[in-house]
Amino acid sequence: MTTTTKAPPEADQRPSGRRGSVRPGDRNFSIAARAAGILILIVLAGVTVFLVSEALPTFQADPSEIEGGEGFFSYVWPLVFGTLVAALIALIVATPLALGIALFISHYAPRRMSQGLGYVVDLLAAIPSVVYGLWGIQWLAPNVQGAWAWLAENLGFIPLFTGPASATGRTMMTAGLVLAVMVLPIITAVSREVFLQTPKLHEEAALALGATRWEMIRMSVIPFGKPGVIGGVMLGLGRALGETMAVAMVLSTGGFTWSLVSSGNNTIAAEIALDFPESSGLKTNTLIAAGLVLFVITLGVNMLARWIVSRRKEFSGAN
Amino acid sequence: MSAATSTPRATSTLTSNQLHRFAPAGLLVAAAAVSAGLAAVIGFSIPLFVFLGIVIFAAALTAVSAAVEGRRKATDRLVTTLVVTAFALALIPLIAVVWSVIGNGLSAFGVDFLTTSMRNVTGLQDQQTMQDGAPLIGGAYHALVGTLIITALATAISVPIGLMTSIYLVEYGRGRLARAITFFVDVMTGIPSIVAGLFAAALFAVLFGVGTRNGFAGAVALSVLMIPVVVRSSEEMLRIVPNELREAAYALGVPKWRMIVRVVIPTAISGIASGVTLAIARVVGETAPLIVTAGFTSSINTNPFSDWMMSLPSYVYSLAMRPLSGSEPQPSLDRAWAAAFTLVIIVMLLNLIARLIAKAFAPKTGR
Repeated sequence: MTTTTKAPPEADQRPSGRRGSVRPGDRNFSIAARAAGILILIVLAGVTVFLVSEALPTFQADPSEIEGGEGFFSYVWPLVFGTLVAALIALIVATPLALGIALFISHYAPRRMSQGLGYVVDLLAAIPSVVYGLWGIQWLAPNVQGAWAWLAENLGFIPLFTGPASATGRTMMTAGLVLAVMVLPIITAVSREVFLQTPKLHEEAALALGATRWEMIRMSVIPFGKPGVIGGVMLGLGRALGETMAVAMVLSTGGFTWSLVSSGNNTIAAEIALDFPESSGLKTNTLIAAGLVLFVITLGVNMLARWIVSRRKEFSGAN
Repeated sequence: MSAATSTPRATSTLTSNQLHRFAPAGLLVAAAAVSAGLAAVIGFSIPLFVFLGIVIFAAALTAVSAAVEGRRKATDRLVTTLVVTAFALALIPLIAVVWSVIGNGLSAFGVDFLTTSMRNVTGLQDQQTMQDGAPLIGGAYHALVGTLIITALATAISVPIGLMTSIYLVEYGRGRLARAITFFVDVMTGIPSIVAGLFAAALFAVLFGVGTRNGFAGAVALSVLMIPVVVRSSEEMLRIVPNELREAAYALGVPKWRMIVRVVIPTAISGIASGVTLAIARVVGETAPLIVTAGFTSSINTNPFSDWMMSLPSYVYSLAMRPLSGSEPQPSLDRAWAAAFTLVIIVMLLNLIARLIAKAFAPKTGR
């Protein structure tokens, strides 16, 4: 989980000439290396081709045969909505907390403690998602049910909190919270790493000018770390969008509803996990088409993240 | 922050205009007392008490500090409070996860759990366990075997491909192909695990007929997730091998491929090995790809090329979602927690091994 943003050292100054006499061992080895690289491109092309070819029957079929009876689009948009909402809840909850933890580890905690905390965060990022799912359904859902009931009772006039709240607590809000817990270590790990890379001279210069600790962080650490943090948040978003098990296990799924505190809604990934094992015929194709939609969404998010990071790099105040 | 706040109000000693060292602690105690009182009036509960306490403390500290030390110091203190609060708040779920895995996982965990499968275990036995106090039977042996086989296969597929690709990128790659590979490895890192599973399912459906599920399909799905991780970590490690070593080898007349095999890889092996171990740790807990490719079973299956194969994550999922006995779900949940505990132990061990490898085989620096 250590996605360093550090530029790799220049390694391009080795002799590359002498193309004339190629030894057989050299040739075979370089062919093998190149083949492995090309294989990766083939695999990715294969992912796209197989998904598209298996999804195609969905778009050719009569709309009434698709699940729900109104065509693929009306089948998939509530799932897209659910996916985005769950990921959004996760990010809204996780981002400030993750930045807090990252700052705490990098600039507030005593040095010896901060290294141990770094290990702990890395370990938490490695806990399998199914464990978080089990925890969400068994521990979190019963514990937050009261809060959702309170929201439905007192803020029920807001469409998002329309009652009646689910009695089991297995709602979109809970699923979003579980996702938040899952993406927290990722965002934290990336942010902590970029915060730690802030040039010491920038920090010391700010402190020497009489800045308080927060002013030092605001003036030197945050401008330096911003692209990295955005990248980390996008990485977390990608994980939250594609995360399957937590939602599949925690959410009590159902049709589209605006209410986040009652059961209902579903995400693409969870829908696939729940229905694919028992699906057959056109339903299988429909689920694969939904998977394709998810693939496109996450691809878009990842590309956007990379673009933002590369665009901001020049202005980050680094170097 | 303007200079307007720096009006010399007091005598110019360094300690003036500062809160006493113990002022924050005192305010914390006071805030706790006030919030306990308030919470008692509204209806006491620990979350409410903690929440009110923190809000009151933050407000009071900021106000006092603003009055004594000025606005800038007050902001600093407020942010410090917020950062520490965020940290403490985030610890709650993280501790709760670990706590519930250990607390619930130990009840069914044991030698029997790791050495028996679920074959012929039905809801009837679970009901007897709950009603007559019969011992809990049935374990995760078949799932453990399945996880080991599938993960080993995935590793066997991913490591050669991933390692060779990273060698290509670092030692050979120039121009468009290398850039394309780097870009698409990045893209691959972001593939949702369920999509990787769908890919393997669709691939095997095309090749071997619709509905084909076996351990190998699961391994292929896991490889799609594992390859980019291996490429990225090995690439990073190969890049930090100093060029002097390469040049020294060339100067001795060593062919390029032997230079790579004998000089570059041994130098970077600790990083590569620990990267691979971390990649294994990442895929060993993947659930979604396996439930669409490897299926579920309650029997031991050691042949990854035919029939459905259970894995630990699928085991957790199936027992938690569909308990054997609808009326007495507790034994099934106990087994699910025990399997989750096993899984977490495996992941932690792999992480530990990765650290040890990185330490033990670290290249000797000449200092």
